Amino acid sequence: MNAPLSRNWDSLRQSRRDRLARAASQDFARAVPADRIVDLLEAVILPGDRVCLEGNNQKQADFLAESLADCDPARLNNLQMVQSVLALPSHVDLFERGLASRLDFSFSGPQGGRLAKLVQERRIEIGAIHTYLELFGRYFMDLTPNVALIAAQAADAEGNLYLGPNTEDTPAIVEATAFKGGIVIAQVNERLDKLPRVDIPADWVDFTVQAPHPNYIEPLFTRDPAQITEVQVLMAMMAIKGIYAEYGVTRLNHGIGFDTAAIELLLPTYAAELGLKGKICTHWALNPHPTLIPAIESGFVESVHSFGSEVGMEAYVAARSDVFFTGADGSMRSNRAFCQTAGLYACDMFIGSTLQMDLAGNSSTATLGRIAGFGGAPNMGSDPHGRRHVSPAWLKAGREAGGANAVRGRKLVVQMVETFREHMAPVFVEELDAWKLQAAMGAELPPIMIYGDDVSHVVTEEGIANLLLCRTPEEREQAIRGVAGYTAVGLGRDRRTVENLRDRGIIRRPQDLGIDPRMASRDLLAARSVKDLVRWSDGLYAPPARFRNW
Amino acid sequence: MEILTFEYPSAPLALAGQPALCGVVGSGNLEILIRAGERPDYCRIRIHTSARGFGEIWQAVIGEFAAGNAAGGTEIAINDMGATPAIVSLRLVQTLAEYAGERQ
Repeated sequence: MNAPLSRNWDSLRQSRRDRLARAASQDFARAVPADRIVDLLEAVILPGDRVCLEGNNQKQADFLAESLADCDPARLNNLQMVQSVLALPSHVDLFERGLASRLDFSFSGPQGGRLAKLVQERRIEIGAIHTYLELFGRYFMDLTPNVALIAAQAADAEGNLYLGPNTEDTPAIVEATAFKGGIVIAQVNERLDKLPRVDIPADWVDFTVQAPHPNYIEPLFTRDPAQITEVQVLMAMMAIKGIYAEYGVTRLNHGIGFDTAAIELLLPTYAAELGLKGKICTHWALNPHPTLIPAIESGFVESVHSFGSEVGMEAYVAARSDVFFTGADGSMRSNRAFCQTAGLYACDMFIGSTLQMDLAGNSSTATLGRIAGFGGAPNMGSDPHGRRHVSPAWLKAGREAGGANAVRGRKLVVQMVETFREHMAPVFVEELDAWKLQAAMGAELPPIMIYGDDVSHVVTEEGIANLLLCRTPEEREQAIRGVAGYTAVGLGRDRRTVENLRDRGIIRRPQDLGIDPRMASRDLLAARSVKDLVRWSDGLYAPPARFRNW
Repeated sequence: MEILTFEYPSAPLALAGQPALCGVVGSGNLEILIRAGERPDYCRIRIHTSARGFGEIWQAVIGEFAAGNAAGGTEIAINDMGATPAIVSLRLVQTLAEYAGERQ
């Protein structure tokens, strides 16, 4: 028999005690003055630590991010950053200033260009690009943070936190850190004697600091109806009639683009005229999109659970607590981890857009010179093999794919794109830019957002391709070419095969769906401006200044 | 700026109405004017476009329009500011419908 292993079994706890002792020796109490935050960070963070910086899709721990970037790289270096979104300049400053060396993340949106440059200069090592739920999962496996820097709306004297409507990633980050010997530091907008509700209990939080300015929140989900085009209206009509109605899709998630905003705004008009109220779009995993207001007010929507909130929607959400998830205090509660779980297992459809799609239906938003990441799309846009409960939409899709005796259903994963983007960039391509990016990044795999074998339908201005009904890779390719319009991929179609696919209902043109493209008018939109949305909300929606032109 | 001219056979349009103008000359958009042409079984199209080098795509878009619609006996003028083919096709059928008196 082997001798018992001789080792220290509480090194994490010991390390935590040492870190807190260092802070205490510098007279830090739980409430930290803003002007001493850099000293605190240098006291409790060690070189090589894994640090989770709360950069969410929307809410940003911006004061802590800037403060970390102001630390001395001679004291803090080789930090291993884990964060869902790289949104702020300070997030990239950490790497440029030599504080951090490795990054595991999900989405980098506005910083995608700087990130690509750092990769090319070999000044950053990217662990992996994840989908949100996958990254959260790794917080509890092999990427558990030593230190988490988070953002909250308010703290009380004990250090309990109120997160406000933008709960987002905070519970997942704090749970992983606080229960594995880590240190949790929260920036707060205000200190209150009594919190509206407690979202994070004080004994999971080590320090709080009142930031000199409220944390930044990006209004990521606001789409101005004035910018929706007639082509988007046409595609929305096709999607509603050819997919939503045919499958009876009641539980779904929408992407953030104008294509799906057009669908939201056609529900109270076009979909209602088709008699679809109560039959489609009743339950949503969705942020509070302002463009969903008319559908909610028209009685289409029963329930919405959200990943985060949306700037300006707070009062509207609070006043519609039958629809949205709200606390006993009346304000919204969001949660990215739970909403992504709902998007994975409890939705029958994901519909979104992409920048490029290849002949196998693989899609990617990666372009040369930008490492943008994926966010939630790979999760929502995937067919979960762990699902067991049935619904009419899931069964119908499963039987289309696997025949009448299929033992499982299928999630509807719909990609909705106009065949050319602005400046005549074709969406349909022979080879995704992701492959070139893979080579530039030295990655094992190209950054594909949604795998082609998960895609069930492609909607373009030319029609709908139902990939579930295709029986060979060649048929899939021709089905995709058959809706790819005047792109080189579309012009390269085999006309006879495409006509055969149309006869079999695999490709459907607007006229096959009984839609006259000439009727695609912006007049069909329930709201044609942000001001219309405010009116629909009875004045409860308060759009950010950049969306006001009155 | 590039000027393109096409002439395609197309089924004669039964009724020649008043000239019809649709769309706006704005970024990513276009303006289309349809009026009576000289040859009843041909559709003649002249395009002023801000985007150079897309002649082949224009040819495909216009060819399909002329083949799929009764547009014979028309002369069509297009002022384009980089509209996508989807917008062009949609605007063409909308303008033709207005010209034919099918649409208010």
